[in-house]
Amino acid sequence: MTRVTPAVPTLNAVEVHGLTRASFILRGAFAVGTVYSAGAIGPYVKNALAQGSAGDIDVLNFALTLELLETAFYERALRLQLSGDVREMAQTFGTHEREHVAAIKETIDGLGGKPDRAPKFSFPLSDERSFLALAQTLEETGVSAYNGAATQIEAPEVLAAAGQIVQIEARHAAAIRSARSQAPAPLAFDKSLGMEQVLQAAKPFLKT
Amino acid sequence: MHESRTNATDREPAGAMEDLARDPGSRKRFLKMVGGAGAASAFAVFLAACNSDDGGGGGGGGGSAAKPDVASPGGVASNRDRGGDPKEGTSDLDILNYALSLENLETSFYGKVIESGLFRGSQLELIKKFADNERQHRELLEATVEKLGGKPAAPKKTTFPLSSARGVLALAAEIENGGAAAYLGQANRIRDKEVLAAALSIHSVEARHAATLNGLVGLPPTPQGSFAAPLSMEEVLTTVQQFIVS
Repeated sequence: MTRVTPAVPTLNAVEVHGLTRASFILRGAFAVGTVYSAGAIGPYVKNALAQGSAGDIDVLNFALTLELLETAFYERALRLQLSGDVREMAQTFGTHEREHVAAIKETIDGLGGKPDRAPKFSFPLSDERSFLALAQTLEETGVSAYNGAATQIEAPEVLAAAGQIVQIEARHAAAIRSARSQAPAPLAFDKSLGMEQVLQAAKPFLKT
Repeated sequence: MHESRTNATDREPAGAMEDLARDPGSRKRFLKMVGGAGAASAFAVFLAACNSDDGGGGGGGGGSAAKPDVASPGGVASNRDRGGDPKEGTSDLDILNYALSLENLETSFYGKVIESGLFRGSQLELIKKFADNERQHRELLEATVEKLGGKPAAPKKTTFPLSSARGVLALAAEIENGGAAAYLGQANRIRDKEVLAAALSIHSVEARHAATLNGLVGLPPTPQGSFAAPLSMEEVLTTVQQFIVS
């Protein structure tokens, strides 16, 4: 059973097996709707309903939103006073996320879908410490989000591409953990998150 | 058969790996593959496939596979070139036993590294943690193979060059980068969703190991940039031969 967790960016393992994609997305959207403003879920529900069987496009748009969030996050972080290594990390990782955005958009276009527009984000960033802490949370969420969503992808090429991206997110997560003197691979098996959990985790960073 | 990797040479990670040079031939080839396979290859191939109307599907007879101008060095392309459907020719059981043989190798490697006495303190703790992760991967894969009615691949006798701590860390980085690429190369060939979920949950842990070890030998955590490159089963099995005592 899928659990709905409080709207804090913590990670919980969620089994997504056994749910059909459609019911999954709708349930996710409704669950999110209890805490989101209608405006925030509007496009999401519309996509889920309108595209029916075009499941890979939904998954790709979900990934796109995450990548847009990460891109905005690293851009914002570069306005902070960061030490040399950390600044370089923010720059490099930000570039990766931006390239993920571009590739996912192109893929959605290629599939005949419509890439979701970028929401407006805001992040509670005050210094290097808060940057690294939040970077870890976001990258960990990214890993779990891709690992959870990937099993729903149908086209082998899209799945391969998602794999190429999630490996980078995992590498980011490990590097950031190391920078914070935390165990880089605390678990033998990375957790996966359902889409609605991810959207809830992202909620604090969406401007309404 | 996989394609020749003409792009690979200019992307080879340099520097810290050089002091590994003991066995330049196969080892360097491995690095080249890990570091070099075209970054955005899956996307490139995918986009090309999307844009051609007669895509993979039932299109009339020959020549509908990949366009010549998207010839890509990535493992995904190799899979496609083998006949369109990447799942063709390999069962989940084959893939699980392949993954198990890699985890056996990694477990054996870390066991020998720990025994070598080359490490202490926080680096030893890290290595022990990674070893424990690999052991858990092995146990899950063994159990899954058995659940599917197969016979788990038995551990082989291994040999690794373990002369200096720095050389060992560089070798560990190679093995883990290769391991991550190996899982990535199989992800879209797995049929069963639960097997896929398990493989993905291991794949990203191998990536964490690789990134961490890269950091310890002065390599970037993401030597391939924005998109990780896969390795095919053939590439990986050829490369690990050097560590197997026949």
